[in-house]
Amino acid sequence: MSLLEVENLWVRFPTRQGIFDAVRGVSFTLERERLGIVGESGSGKSMTGRAILRLIRKPGIVEADAIRLEGRNLLDLTEPEMRKVRGQKISMVMQDPKFSLNPVMTIGDQIMEAYLLHNNTSKAQARAKAIAMLEAVSIRDPERVMRAYPHEMSGGMGQRIMIAMMLIPDPQILIADEPTSALDVSVQRQVLDIMDGLVKERGMGLIFISHDLNLVSEFCDRVLIMYAGRIVEVCDADKLHQAKHPYTQGLLNSLPRLDQPKKHLEVLKRDDAWADGESVGGS
Amino acid sequence: MSASDTNQERRRRAPLFPWIKGTLLTLGSIAVTMLGLLFVTFVIGRVMPIDPVLAIVGERASQSTYDAVYEQLGLDKPLIVQFFYYLWDVVRGDFGMSLLNARPVSEDIARVFPATMELATLGVFVGIVLGVPLGVVAAVNRGSWIDQIARVVALVGYSMPIFWLGLMGLLVFYGVLGWVGGPGRLDIFYQDIVPTRTGMILLDSALAGEWSVFRNAFSHIVLPASLLGYYSLAYISRMTRSFMLEQLSAEYVTTARVKGLSERAVIWRHAFKNIRVQLITVIALSYANLLEGSVLTEIIFSWPGIGSYITTALLSADMNAVLGGTVVVGLIFICLNILSDLLYRVFDPRSK
Repeated sequence: MSLLEVENLWVRFPTRQGIFDAVRGVSFTLERERLGIVGESGSGKSMTGRAILRLIRKPGIVEADAIRLEGRNLLDLTEPEMRKVRGQKISMVMQDPKFSLNPVMTIGDQIMEAYLLHNNTSKAQARAKAIAMLEAVSIRDPERVMRAYPHEMSGGMGQRIMIAMMLIPDPQILIADEPTSALDVSVQRQVLDIMDGLVKERGMGLIFISHDLNLVSEFCDRVLIMYAGRIVEVCDADKLHQAKHPYTQGLLNSLPRLDQPKKHLEVLKRDDAWADGESVGGS
Repeated sequence: MSASDTNQERRRRAPLFPWIKGTLLTLGSIAVTMLGLLFVTFVIGRVMPIDPVLAIVGERASQSTYDAVYEQLGLDKPLIVQFFYYLWDVVRGDFGMSLLNARPVSEDIARVFPATMELATLGVFVGIVLGVPLGVVAAVNRGSWIDQIARVVALVGYSMPIFWLGLMGLLVFYGVLGWVGGPGRLDIFYQDIVPTRTGMILLDSALAGEWSVFRNAFSHIVLPASLLGYYSLAYISRMTRSFMLEQLSAEYVTTARVKGLSERAVIWRHAFKNIRVQLITVIALSYANLLEGSVLTEIIFSWPGIGSYITTALLSADMNAVLGGTVVVGLIFICLNILSDLLYRVFDPRSK
């Protein structure tokens, strides 16, 4: 049994010009592995992540044959049951810690809130746990950080705090939605290493959503390439250069490489026919 | 004491200086604003084509009487000197004599202002208690029938002339149904029973333990206060709605949902906490508007408040009373501004 199975997921938004399909029949499975989802803006990768957590707000519509977490179909759950899944079973780290942390709550309160919600313990215990978690994401002086507010933190620190907050209830799956796009290149690697270490140590499944193909190929076990709301190709990260789909090849060819210098980088070509075909299963 | 001790000591003391500096700056800006306000009221008092001497002595007074009063009022002195005299008087709380009833204006204001304060406070209370939740619910259920109802309620509050609503309210709830007391602050049998301490009858009667007076006063204030409350509800609920909509689309709200929080916790513990500062501004403005004296409401309900006081004074060219009232209203605005500034510091950690 897979950790997570997604079958034929559709995300739709009614607009004035008719219904817009953001995600169109996506299927994939996730084991205790690092799965990358790559695609350009608007390809539906973030929507896929949010649909799994049932975070698409009205008037958006989510339809799927099944979204199974360890065999249990999440689509059958009531909202209170789904709340127990969020945070405790599946968690998510978002793009920019400047916006994803509540500006008027102390960091300590925000982390402890995530823990207390799913664990019936005392505040003192939650506090100790939060401090330990901050240490686990290499925050120096966690006691001080607990009392601080998000605006006092740098981007890299903010994202590490976000990771701590999302991992403190011990979830089985972490969805990382462009977790490093808002960070300086110099701290990107550091944040990724911390996240990777924790995910491996806990034997979790990771869905890593990004538009950065290099990063994903280095960092993940398997990669799904999304285009216009569907998966056009699935490949092992280390065999990415053998990718067959012209879109994936185009993405790879448009990247500069130190080991193979080129005079001209290819321009990414897009073909409407790619958007119309069936989605490739990601199992 | 070692070097590290002194360092720690310094760090502990350091926050005091910005605090003192901040307070001094605030006080300084209050002083400048007040001075500006007084200057404007002084100039208005001098450029008005009303002869203050004639207003006192009457048209048939002899020239010597006229001259004596002219001198007594200090009108023979240069304008700048007159301004400083005026300043000194105001600082001592002396706004001169009312030309209408020959009583000190400050005494008049001390009598009428608590009536307005009582009404406005109850009004803004109604506006906050109903308006804020209404705005939040409308934002959360954006586009639904609840949102539409909230929109209509607010629109009616905005656009209905308050004198019409007041008259209809009196007709229905006082005239026909008899649920509330009529115009005025008390029925005649209850007047002058409780000693005046604050000037606010609800408070005075409660302090004196005269509950029958309290009930009567409440039955009189409930209708005008509800009307003013409705008016501020309209404003507060619309502003709350738009503030909330902005917050509900923020990423940290998604974070709160990802944690597994209930929708109620997401809304009140996370999103609402972020609109408190903006809300304070809106509420302070709304309150200031009501405190300024809602002239029409006060007239319809025969409420002896500052709004009807200033209006009566203006219509009878009682400039001392008008200027005194203006200074008091200006002072209220300044005080409410300071209060909301102080509250910002409490509610927004970033302003510390």
